[in-house]
Order: sequence, then C-alpha cells, then structure tokens
Amino acid sequence: MMEINKYVAPNSFDEVYNLLQDNKLNKIIGGGAWLKISMKKADTLIGLENLNLDYIKEENEFFEIGAMTPLRKIELNKDIRTLFSGFFNEAISKIMGVTVRNIATIGGSIMGKFAFSDLLPVLVVLDVRLKFYKIGELSFYEFLQMAKIPNDILLSIKVSKGNGLGYFHKVSKTHLDFAILNLAVVRTDRFKIAVGSRPRITKLLVNTNNFLNSQAVINDDVLLQAIEIALEEADLGDNLKASKEYREVLLKSYLKRALKQVIR
Amino acid sequence: MKINIIINEQRKEILIKDNEYLIDVLRRNNYLSVRRGCDNTSCGVCTVLLNDKPVPSCSVLAIRCNNQRITTVEGIADEAEKLAKYFGEEGADQCGFCNPSMALTVYSLKLENPNASDDEIKEYLVGNLCRCTGYVAQHLAIKRYLGDKL
Repeated sequence: MMEINKYVAPNSFDEVYNLLQDNKLNKIIGGGAWLKISMKKADTLIGLENLNLDYIKEENEFFEIGAMTPLRKIELNKDIRTLFSGFFNEAISKIMGVTVRNIATIGGSIMGKFAFSDLLPVLVVLDVRLKFYKIGELSFYEFLQMAKIPNDILLSIKVSKGNGLGYFHKVSKTHLDFAILNLAVVRTDRFKIAVGSRPRITKLLVNTNNFLNSQAVINDDVLLQAIEIALEEADLGDNLKASKEYREVLLKSYLKRALKQVIR
Repeated sequence: MKINIIINEQRKEILIKDNEYLIDVLRRNNYLSVRRGCDNTSCGVCTVLLNDKPVPSCSVLAIRCNNQRITTVEGIADEAEKLAKYFGEEGADQCGFCNPSMALTVYSLKLENPNASDDEIKEYLVGNLCRCTGYVAQHLAIKRYLGDKL
C-alpha cells in the first residue's frame, strides 16, 4: 500500500504552492490512475478538486483545458473534435479503457511525464502551451526537454486551433497494454512528427521535420529519405516489451503509413 | 477520517484511512460484488459507478469520494436482472466473476449511448476483461439488452 501521511484538498492555489515548497515529499495527485505505479511514498498528498480546474473553454485562437479535466471529457468534446479532423479526440480514445479515461486527467498525464504515455507525442505535435501557477506559460516542447519536472501547479493547457491532417498510432499487444511504440504526425503547412515509448520519453523528430519542411515536392523518394532520417534520429532502444530492432521495423512501417495519410 | 458517501442511494458515514482505495472500503463494508482482480486498472472487475460514470475502484482514493455517489451492481438490480436474462439466453456466462462490473459498464453505456453500434459497444467495453467466455456471446447479449426498450 502506498505510504501517505495525509491527504488534503486545499481551497487556494497559494496553499497548494506553499505545501509543495514546504516538503519535497508533498505531492499533487491528478486523477490517480497511475498512482500505484508512480508513487510509493508521499507525506501530504494534495488534491486539486476544490480549485475548479475541470473545464474546457474555447477562445478565438485556442482551447483552454483545465488540468483536472478527465481524458474522457476531452475525448467526447465536440468542439475539440474540430482540431485536425478529430485527431486529438481519436488519440485519447486509444488510451486504456473508458473507466480509466473517466479518472485520468490531462494534468496528471502531463506532469507524470510517463515514457509510455500515448498523450505526450500528440501534445508535442499539436501547438500546446502549459500554464503554471508561478512560472507562467511555457511550450509543451520546452517542458518535455526539462530534466526536472517543475515544482509548481499546472493550471491548464492551451491547444492552438489548427487545420490539417493528423495521424496517431499506438502499437501494443492489446488495447490495455502500454505501447511498444507510439507515433503522432500532423501536417498543416508544415510537418511535425513525434515518437513515444521508444522506450524512453517522447521525442520530436526535429531533423526529419526540417527535412520534410524544406522539400518543394513530397514524393516516394522524399518519404523514404525522411524515414531513414527518422530511424537515425529517433534513438530507439530495448526494454522488456520489445527490442530496438523491432521498434525500428515498426517505426519504418508506421511512419510511411502516417506520411502517406497526411499528404493525401 | 470520516467520509460521507452515498452508496446505492443510501447515505453512509464511513471511517477510512487517507491512503485507502475505494475497493478496499467497499469490500470492508460488505459490498462484495466489487471484485478484486489485477488491482492496477487493467482488468475492470472492480468497476463501480462514481456519479454514474464507470471507474476502476482499485485506483480511486476513497477520500476523494467524500460527498459523492457510488453505485455497485446492487444499486441497478432491475437492469442487472434484465442483462442477466440475455446473458443466460446467449450463453454469455461462465464463472460470473466479471459479471457485476460488466453489468455496471453496460448500464453506463446505455445511459450514455443507448443506440451504440457494434464498434461503439466493443470500444466501451475494452476495459472489462472476461477470462472465460470470449466476447461474442456477451456482445450479442449486450446488443439485445440495449435494444430492449421496456
């Protein structure tokens, strides 16, 4: 059983922030779906349920999603479905089952920074900014590159509106298993490709994106060259679920499929 | 600490520890239809409805259910009986271990999407594993249940 001294659900952000600074064993809990595998010990576990962070708001340029919004609520949101022809909703629907998506929150999925996450590749290819209580806003890409998760409160995420095509694929033995590899690609006027479950944390394939974005015409030769660059850049590895070689075969195959789909 | 919780429409005051999960509290209070399976959100047999939405009770801290509504299969007895009839007729039942959780998830699907297509039924139930029957007979039974408007 997880060791916690006590659980609190404060009524103010200041209170939460001060608790976080007081003791490094004081931790925020999101939905709690992965609590058993991610946290063995906490002094004070801090719930954010009294801070009204469960919402989806549409602004002119972006959607703002509160950190405590369950994944299922985002998946079913009709306005979010207008982003990249439903790419975001579709990707979320591949995460575990409905029961888990009813409790897992967008904030918990981000702050956990789990390497197996199906959500991280999707967020990095969408234009997403994270809004924190003290450090303010930063791009999701900056967050992904940080060695240490900020000791701050994630308030919301802002997803820029955009049109274009998106592709997401999760390779796993069963729907409920963690991914062996996951891949997200969007194309607006530019390509953005990210690979997750490498098995390390999600990586944006910057060189591959730059190569594709510098091409006047995208033909089969260009696609093959892009795949070669991606294989070199993705830095795939081994773990108990799959070997590096198997992941390379998967990436080659699914990236080709993804690119063909988004250049239709 | 004590939490106030409504279980199957009955208001209860229950003493819990801060790190206790909902499944432990329910089973300790004799709601034994809530089964323990994988204990890590993978199998779905611990499913209960939290404010009418299916959730894995093995991963919900009981303390977060203060002032919330919980429904176990006993709370949807009439609907569960209807579903059981179709499960019986289609031969969709063997050991019965997953039935209470399956009934709750199917009931929730009926509330959310009563005209669910075949694919929608499959997607909705992906988190509820059955170790003995396979899923074909259950699928047929669930379709008949959803089609039963009485």
